[in-house]
Amino acid sequence: MSNKIDSGHSAAPHDGKYVLLLYVAGSTPKSSRAITNLKAICEIHLKGRYELTVVDLYEKHKRAREDQIVVAPTLVRCAPLPVRRMIGDLSLTDRVLAVLDLPPALRQP
Amino acid sequence: MKTITASKTLRKSPTGIRGLDEITDGGLPAGRPTLVCGGAGCGKTLLAMEFLVRGATEYDEPGVFLAFEETGEELADNVASLGFDLKALVARKKLLLDYVYVERSESEETGEYDLEGLFVRLNDAINSIKAKRVVLDTIEGLFAGLPTQGILRSELRRLFRWLKEKGVTVVITGEHGQSTLTRYGLEEYVSDCVISLDHRVVEQVTTRRIRIVKYRGTTHGTNEYPFLIEKDGLSIWPITSVQVEHTASHERIPTGIERLDTMLGGKGFYRGSSILLSGTAGTGKTSVATTFAEATCRRGERCLYISFEENPSQIMRNMATIGIDLQQWVRKGRLQFQNVRAFHFGLEMHLARTIKFVTEFSPAVVIIDPISGLDTSGTSLEVKAALMRLVDYLKQQGITAMLTDLKMGGAALERTDAAISSLVDTWLVLRDLESNGERNRGLHVLKSRGMGHSNQVREFMLSQTGIQLTDVYIGPSGMLTGSARVAQEARERAEHVSLDEEAERQQLALECKRAALEGQIAALRAEFSAEEATIARIFSQDKLREASLASDKVEMGRSRQHDAVKSNRSQPRNGSRGKKG
Repeated sequence: MSNKIDSGHSAAPHDGKYVLLLYVAGSTPKSSRAITNLKAICEIHLKGRYELTVVDLYEKHKRAREDQIVVAPTLVRCAPLPVRRMIGDLSLTDRVLAVLDLPPALRQP
Repeated sequence: MKTITASKTLRKSPTGIRGLDEITDGGLPAGRPTLVCGGAGCGKTLLAMEFLVRGATEYDEPGVFLAFEETGEELADNVASLGFDLKALVARKKLLLDYVYVERSESEETGEYDLEGLFVRLNDAINSIKAKRVVLDTIEGLFAGLPTQGILRSELRRLFRWLKEKGVTVVITGEHGQSTLTRYGLEEYVSDCVISLDHRVVEQVTTRRIRIVKYRGTTHGTNEYPFLIEKDGLSIWPITSVQVEHTASHERIPTGIERLDTMLGGKGFYRGSSILLSGTAGTGKTSVATTFAEATCRRGERCLYISFEENPSQIMRNMATIGIDLQQWVRKGRLQFQNVRAFHFGLEMHLARTIKFVTEFSPAVVIIDPISGLDTSGTSLEVKAALMRLVDYLKQQGITAMLTDLKMGGAALERTDAAISSLVDTWLVLRDLESNGERNRGLHVLKSRGMGHSNQVREFMLSQTGIQLTDVYIGPSGMLTGSARVAQEARERAEHVSLDEEAERQQLALECKRAALEGQIAALRAEFSAEEATIARIFSQDKLREASLASDKVEMGRSRQHDAVKSNRSQPRNGSRGKKG
């Protein structure tokens, strides 16, 4: 079941809209944690300029092959380019931000 | 949980790869993982792919190939050379190729994770074509791509457990490690069956070997076996049993040279025996070998001719000049040439290839010309061992083998062959006979087990009608061959002729003498009978005269009677007269 959250159009101080795809395997603790963590990060750091889709591999198993997914959870930043990927339940926020290429200045306590 | 304790109960998944099912006694363990490890380019991917392709085409078991290093396209191209049409199999849903790509730079670890993505893909793949076979080539790609080995290892353990539950037979490939069997120690997870491939290049010669390192619960071959990768896939040629036991044939087959058959107890070679034909350069070994080949084909049997030096068209051209047409037998499929330079392969490969040719062509006779071509492929001990295995293999198959051997001449001719000559049943030697500035050739049978054979050297000659063996001249001056023999024969013939003429002349003279004598005798006889007649005439005349004298006297007496008073005296005269009368 994919879950799209669109924060609407609001003024963005830096780069354009972030399009994120989170691949999870069912509703295991790891999956839930990843979803929760990602939503939090998006609200805090990308408010108003992100589009997040959660893909459950158990329901959409063909996507695993189509989108080259091996690990779960996997987060893919489709936009802005270049495409970035990372694995894990996104608990290490700093790492997530670094890979998402979000400037440190935007980090809030 | 059931444990497999006996090989009888261990189910096996046949690979369909020539020789592999033999050395594994039936195939890979069914429903279990097998590890195939080896260096780069040793053939692991090909073996794994062939396992799937044959599974799909021969055993109706669809397969999933998970490639971690090559893309689907690259894979298809690589195996196309083996004649495997992957695209067609994929289209028929007999095969599913999935290229799994894990990039290190995309694997920044942000927390806990597992390999559920992979599980989902694999499950999906297996279910979609109802696969019974799976290949993971090479799962080490994950080790390179993912950061934490700990997670990876526990996930792999989970994966193999899961695959076992799924009931699929899995082949996993891995690279050789420095000190461990595989770089990442995959052998920890895969303990049912481990196969190692080896690919060595020694002095530019490639030798491929396969070895079953471990196979739990069953008997298996433990040696290293040479294998080939050719246009129809992998093939393993286990030359395991070097038995000396086999039933010897009593049948004799002709050599193609009548006189040689005579020298060999009158009938030729024993079927299934081995023949060594040694000689110095240019003595005609190939001629003898091809004559034998032709005789074989003429009889309706097949002959495999392995040439290490000359190429087939050259041999055929050369033999045509002595009246042997090999081309027709090649066309009819009874004669097969295999021409390769000995240095292209190592000894093991040569053995494997020879057995492959023999298995595919089923010849009655195999000729190897010359075995000395193998001398550079190993030490003399190794070469002898290889030849011994080959000769034994051919004997077991009941195939007659003729091996030609190039040797340096002189006294060494027979000495240096001692190593190989002990392996063969018949040893023919072609030698140079040099005399008076000429080199002629002689052939003799040095040994031939199981039959009486001539110990004479016969002069060996090639003509447009083939090989001829003639007697050599043994005379007071020794053995003469060639033109000396011809000259001597001519001389002898001339001598015989002149002797004959002399005898005739003397006979004639005798006749004359006899005639003369008889003439003389006749003359003497005539003289004698003339004399005889004369004497007889004289005698009869004499008698007549006496008779008439007597009658005259009687007349006179009578006439005297008239006055015969005084004829008393006549009485005695009477008596004497009477006598006279």
